Amino acid sequence: MKFTLSWLKDHLETEAPLDEIATALTDLGHEVEGIDDPARTLGAFRICRVIEAQPHPNADRLRLCRVETWPKGPDAPSEEVQVVCGAPNARTGLIGVFAPVGTHVPGTGVDLKPGVIRGVESNGMLCSERELMLSDDHNGIIDLPEDAPLGARFIDWRGLNDPVIEVKITPNRPDGLGVRGLARDLAARGLGRLKPMAIEPVAGRFPSPVGVAISDELKARGCPLFAGRTIRGVKNGPSPEWLQTRLKAIGLRPISALVDITNFFTIGLNRPLHVFDVAKIRGGLRIHAATGGEELLALDGKTYTLRAGQMLISDDEQPESLAGIMGGELSGCTEDTTEVFLESAYWDPITIAATGRALKINSDARYRFERGVDPAFTLPGLELATRMILDLCGGEPSEVVMDGAVPDTSRAYRFDPRRVVSLVGMDIPEAEQRATLEALGFTLAGEMVTPPSWRPDVQGEADLVEEIARVASLTKLEGKPLPRAQAGVPKPILTPVQVREQAARRTLAALGYNECVTYSFIDEGAATLFGGGSDAVRVENPISSEMTHLRPDLLPGLLRAAARNQARGFMDLALCEIGPAFHGGEPGEQHLQATGLLVGASAPRDPFGSRRPVDVYDAKADAEAVLAAIGAPAKMQITRKVAGWWHPGRSGVIGLGPNVLATFGELHPKILREMDVKGPAVAFTILVANVPLPKIKTPTRPALRQADLQAVERDFAFVVDQGVEALALVNAAQGADKTLIDSVRVFDQFTGDKAEAQMGPGKKSLAISVRLQPTDKTLTDKDIEAVSAKIIEKVAKATGATLRG
Amino acid sequence: MTALDTLRGKYIEAIAAAADEAALEDVRLAALGKKGEISLKMRELGQMSPEERQTVGAALNRLRDELDASLRARKAGLADAALDARLKTEWLDVTLPGRPRRMGTIHPVSQVMAELTAIFADMGFAVAEGPQVESDWFNFDALNIPPEHPARQEHDTFFMARAPGDARPPHVLRTHTSPVQIRAMQAQGAPIRVIAPGRVYRMDMDQTHTPMFHQVEGLAIDRDISMANLKWVLEEFCRAFFEVPSVELRFRASHFPFTEPSAEVDIRCSWEGGQLKIGEGDGWLEILGSGMVHPKVLAAAGVNPDEWQGFAFGMGIDRIAMLKYGIPDLRAFFESDLRWLRHYGFAALDMPDLAGGLSR
Repeated sequence: MKFTLSWLKDHLETEAPLDEIATALTDLGHEVEGIDDPARTLGAFRICRVIEAQPHPNADRLRLCRVETWPKGPDAPSEEVQVVCGAPNARTGLIGVFAPVGTHVPGTGVDLKPGVIRGVESNGMLCSERELMLSDDHNGIIDLPEDAPLGARFIDWRGLNDPVIEVKITPNRPDGLGVRGLARDLAARGLGRLKPMAIEPVAGRFPSPVGVAISDELKARGCPLFAGRTIRGVKNGPSPEWLQTRLKAIGLRPISALVDITNFFTIGLNRPLHVFDVAKIRGGLRIHAATGGEELLALDGKTYTLRAGQMLISDDEQPESLAGIMGGELSGCTEDTTEVFLESAYWDPITIAATGRALKINSDARYRFERGVDPAFTLPGLELATRMILDLCGGEPSEVVMDGAVPDTSRAYRFDPRRVVSLVGMDIPEAEQRATLEALGFTLAGEMVTPPSWRPDVQGEADLVEEIARVASLTKLEGKPLPRAQAGVPKPILTPVQVREQAARRTLAALGYNECVTYSFIDEGAATLFGGGSDAVRVENPISSEMTHLRPDLLPGLLRAAARNQARGFMDLALCEIGPAFHGGEPGEQHLQATGLLVGASAPRDPFGSRRPVDVYDAKADAEAVLAAIGAPAKMQITRKVAGWWHPGRSGVIGLGPNVLATFGELHPKILREMDVKGPAVAFTILVANVPLPKIKTPTRPALRQADLQAVERDFAFVVDQGVEALALVNAAQGADKTLIDSVRVFDQFTGDKAEAQMGPGKKSLAISVRLQPTDKTLTDKDIEAVSAKIIEKVAKATGATLRG
Repeated sequence: MTALDTLRGKYIEAIAAAADEAALEDVRLAALGKKGEISLKMRELGQMSPEERQTVGAALNRLRDELDASLRARKAGLADAALDARLKTEWLDVTLPGRPRRMGTIHPVSQVMAELTAIFADMGFAVAEGPQVESDWFNFDALNIPPEHPARQEHDTFFMARAPGDARPPHVLRTHTSPVQIRAMQAQGAPIRVIAPGRVYRMDMDQTHTPMFHQVEGLAIDRDISMANLKWVLEEFCRAFFEVPSVELRFRASHFPFTEPSAEVDIRCSWEGGQLKIGEGDGWLEILGSGMVHPKVLAAAGVNPDEWQGFAFGMGIDRIAMLKYGIPDLRAFFESDLRWLRHYGFAALDMPDLAGGLSR
């Protein structure tokens, strides 16, 4: 919302300086987004006289001017300045506009400095309109009439000294979309007095030849009130200079007196109006719902096709206006208009919003009607506008025609001054509270308060509190300590899963992963590769084709990140993310994943040969470290039921029965190709919430058992089929004597051609080290042999292994 | 000079002259071995008179002890010399790099969330969470934004696709963390103090906007919580978060459908040479929106507005991370550029806490 200071002063009697007004507006909730103050930008430009203009001694196209200037204003003595000027119209006796040295010229962005042009000194500038950013005219310097006051500020003489203020109006304050509404707020704040606005109805001299009728359907909802009148014998030329200047200042193009008047009411009083050229309408105006398919060429030059139910104003033959949104081109007013129908209606905000959205029209009228104009001002606005048309365009008014009635928006709320103090925490005396409400147009009767008709946003007691607090100024609010909910040391507040999320994140970083935050939505192709991409997780209005589906998994985002980094030359990567993945499109169909991705080599090249390609065991070790950090039990099962994006032979699932805690492994080569990642690449995904919580939570540790007796380590090398898994062997060995066997560890694997040559085709060797920890007596050779035999037997039974000879 | 003196001189000299441990052992055997010269002399004692035995015996013992000590000292000396000689051959180039070790990093968003949590936990706020796909009731209606409310248009909402035949209004990607207010109050009623950090989504992408970003919601409901309490909480938060001795906040009246009264909050700051300084200067920087929870919002969440009142606020996490740590570009937060992650990331063990200060 833009307006000028003089416009504000039409409604507000005030001596307050511009800065104070701006500060107050912002503080009242109308954030000032910009002030364009010509006095600040153009105040140094003064009217001057060229005493004499001669040809430049060294340049054909330049002139050497002696200029009489009044640096301290018209009442102080003048000074003579020499200026070199290239304008063709620079001549002796010209009255122009001078900018002294030191001035910032807005049109060129240059700060003027004393200069020497082709060997001649030049101190200042004779300016064109473009240099002042008044127009694009740069054919010559400004050439003023003989009687222009020498030495005066150019902006004062030209009537340009009217600062433009731009404020952001929050959607709850339609009244702020009129200058008068802002003036009222400022007056309530104490920055001046709201000028009275007399509304004298204009007597009609004849019945309006154009009648109006609202369809019953719309009268109930859509258009409760439609009023208007015909004015004949008008002369529609350009509007007066002051009106044009004002509209231009706020960025509106003056069109004609009739149209400019409607804009003047829209901005000044938040009362959108419309003018029809009576010569172009047939019969009366009907306000009705479209049946669907009607077409209308609107004032923006576009043709709109209406859907059933959207509101239209039609004459006897055809649609003429998109009700409350935009007028029709065919019935619009032109310079030739002599008979005009002036419309002032009240439109239902919701209906206007829906139609405006559907037709994608953003007009000043729609913007205001959908936020809510003052329904009670429909007829007064019509009268005021009639008077202005008569004043500016002449003519003779008809009687007012109308259908419907002003909708009853009256309502009253209980007002409790103590509640204001309690909610805001500011001590505002009751009398001041009441005065504020009255100044804003509220009516007080005992404990009850009735909001004014222009404040549809006030819908309850809390809104009254806001009005009082806002006008009293929240800037003055002083903080008061919020007492602790309970005395003493605060309790921990994180839930177990939140604690785990943190532990997983910190562990991953400690393991050398760089944490990423990637978008929750990915492209359909990637989503499909990772088991997602269904319509249930599709975004209806994606912002780009890269962001169409909620991610089913964190890996695609990390793989894309890896590909981007590889494209920049970073080939070895350890990336991780902890965040939500989506298994459905309903609220709550998301789960927390902690995912790590290793790409390339384990280390940079170094003198020690540390570098090697990352492999599945790196991923497994890191997955296990994270699982341990978030409290997973030490013993879990490993299965091979992995999803399709993993290498089928080099990946596994860590679980507890059917409960999947994590997947780790090498990524499927096809996936890497699709995602443009140069492998090797291994990864793991941990389903954080699936890790069971401990049954009893206690800081106490179980007692430490340290056997005094010497432990014994025995190594066994077995020959097994290549498909036998080490864990089966370890578990079998472990089961041989649960009390005596402390741990079993795989320490060697021998596979490949050499192994097969030694042990037979399809065979490999696995070697384990078993640690025996006696508890009551030292082990004898016999004891050790007995348990060894049992281990060999168990392992053989479970895996078909034989002891390697 | 007695015979013993001569003997002593001879062996002391021999010990000193022994060039290695083997030579030294030879000297030891010659002097103190079973058949060594001193041992033989000891044996001769038996043939002496008791008086003679007393003096000679004592002298022999002294000599034996002295030679023994001398042998040991020489042995240790030789061992040291041998070790020194070996160590001289064991020179390595210590300017070679250490064995490589990966250094992981924590993303600034995670770090700042942990900072927020530490500060608000101290003031008794728990951390609440909610789904990121939300029903339009939680995201809008319950927050006093009815379907026709113009504020709905200003949210640039992402909608989820609806299957044909499913007449429900489409779900949305939550446009703010405020729906968590409703869920938290529904779950635990009043009194309540929670913050709710998390991802939010808006259809906006340009220099300063990304379609996903992070917000933190704050909610405190009790019998007599006022806007003045809100201001104090935010002042305390900003002072602790920005790690400055004091901050100054300015409340400006504004409008959010879910609070009444509502205020935008600015923080006093200065910009000098592109460097932002919080807590000083003549500038004001908008950092968050806040207000007293609207009675309709309390009612929607099942909390009786006649009994309970309190405040809520919402703040951009990425934004305050950028302000605090001088990170220039929001879009880079989600690009996962390794150089950026390393430069702006935090070490795994930099866990923010109030005792040690939030940042190092």
